[in-house]
Amino acid sequence: MATWTWFHRLGSPPHVYAFAERWTKWFGGFAALAMVAALYGGLVLAPADYQQKDAFRMVYIHAPSAWLSLMIYSTMAVAAAVGLIWRMKVAHAAAAACAPIGAWFTVVALATGMLWGKPMWGAYWVWDPRLTFELILLFLYLGYMGLRAGIEDQTKADKASAVLAVVGVVNVPLVKYSVEWWNSLHQTPTVMKMGKPSMDLDMLWPLLLMFVAFSLYFAAVLLTRLRAELLRRERNASWVKETVA
Amino acid sequence: MKTSPLAAAGLVVVRDLRLAFRKPSQLMQPLVFFLIVATLFPLSLTPEMSRLRDAAPGVLWISALLSSLLALEFLFREDAMDGTLEQFALSGQSLTWMLFAKTCTHWLFTGVPLALAAPVAAAALGVPGEAMWGVVASLALGSFALSLVGAVSAGLTLGARRGGVLLSLLTLPLAVPILIFGARATELAITGGDLAGPMYLLGAIAVLGVTLAPLAAAAAVRIGLE
Repeated sequence: MATWTWFHRLGSPPHVYAFAERWTKWFGGFAALAMVAALYGGLVLAPADYQQKDAFRMVYIHAPSAWLSLMIYSTMAVAAAVGLIWRMKVAHAAAAACAPIGAWFTVVALATGMLWGKPMWGAYWVWDPRLTFELILLFLYLGYMGLRAGIEDQTKADKASAVLAVVGVVNVPLVKYSVEWWNSLHQTPTVMKMGKPSMDLDMLWPLLLMFVAFSLYFAAVLLTRLRAELLRRERNASWVKETVA
Repeated sequence: MKTSPLAAAGLVVVRDLRLAFRKPSQLMQPLVFFLIVATLFPLSLTPEMSRLRDAAPGVLWISALLSSLLALEFLFREDAMDGTLEQFALSGQSLTWMLFAKTCTHWLFTGVPLALAAPVAAAALGVPGEAMWGVVASLALGSFALSLVGAVSAGLTLGARRGGVLLSLLTLPLAVPILIFGARATELAITGGDLAGPMYLLGAIAVLGVTLAPLAAAAAVRIGLE
C-alpha cells in the first residue's frame, strides 16, 4: 500500500502544485549550471573539428534539441495515456504543458540544423530523412495543440488530444522508418551522410552534459507550465484561492 | 436474442450503402474533386507528356489524398449531428465493429470509385496502359489505409470547432507513410518495376490500421458524444 501513496498524491492538484513550486528552482538552477559548464566545454575546451572547423560546435545546441523533441513527445504520450487510463486530471495538464515545449525544441532543432546545413551542405534545407521526420514531428505537435485549442470543453479536449497522442506513438516510428526508406529508395543525388565519426571524448562530454542540462531545463519549464495550467483549471477551487492570496 | 457484432456491422454496411445511393451527388463530389485536382497539375506544371509522366505518381497521390480528406468530412459528421452515432453507442453493440463497418463502407463508395477512375487521370498524365493495374491496385489499397487513419481523426474532430481545417492538420502527418509507399508503388508500376515491396508495406499498414484504428475511432467518437 505504502508504495502506491505517492502515485495517489500525484492525482491531487494542490499537492502537485506545491511539489512543482518546490522543485522548479532546483531543476532550473542545475540546468543553468550544467548549461554553462557544457557551453564552456563545448565552445572553449573542445578542439575544433578537423573537417568542419568551428562550425561543428552547432552540435551542442542542435543534437540535444533534437533528442529532447522526441523525448518530450514520449513524455507527453505517457502522460496522456496515464490521464486516459486512470482519469488523472493532473496527467492531462502535464501532457498539455509538454506540447508547446516539445514543439519549440523541434523548431530549435530545425533552425539550428538549417543554419548548420548552409555552410556544410551549401543549402539551408535538403530533403534528408532526418530533417523531413523532424518537420513532420513539428506538424504532429501543431495538430495536437490545434485539437486542444479547437475543443472548448476541457474534459473532452483532454481526452481527445490524449487519444491523438497515443495514436501518434504507434504512428511516429512508422513515419520515421517510412521517411528513412523513402530517401534510400529515391537515391537522392546529394548524399550528405554525416556519418558517425567516433567522437573524441573532449567533444563528447560537453554534448552529453548539454543533454542533461536541456533535460533539466525541460523539467523546470514543464513544472512551471504545469503550475500555470493547474491554476487555470482549478481557478474555482478553494486551494487556489488560498495559494494565490 | 442479441444480434452478434458481425451481424450488427453488416446492418450498418447495408444502411450506409443505401444512404449513399440515395445521395449520389455526395458520392460524386470527391471523385470529381480528384479529377479536377489531377487536371490542375498539367496546367500548372507543363503540358509536356514526358515530364508529366515523371510527376504522375505524386500528382495522383496528392489528388487522392486531398480527395479522401474531403470525403472524410462525410464519414461521421452527419450521423453525429442527427444522433445516429449516439444511438450506435447506446445500442449495446460493439461501437468498434460498427465504426469499422462504417469506415469500410465509406471506402467502398469513395476509395474504390477513386481507384477505378484513376486510370482516366493517369492516362491524361501520359501513364502507359500496361501500368494501369498497378495504379488501380496501389490506390485501392492505399485509400483503404487512408480511410482507416482518417476515421480516427474524423472521430477526434467531432467535438471541435472548425473541424475541417483541424481534420487535415491531424490526418496529413499521420498519412505520410501511406503517401510514401503508395506513390512508390505507383512509380514502380509506371516505370515497369516490381511493385511487390511497397505494396506489401501498404498492406502491412492497412492490417495495422484494421487492428488499431477502429478501437481508437470508437474511443474518439465516445469522447465526442459525452
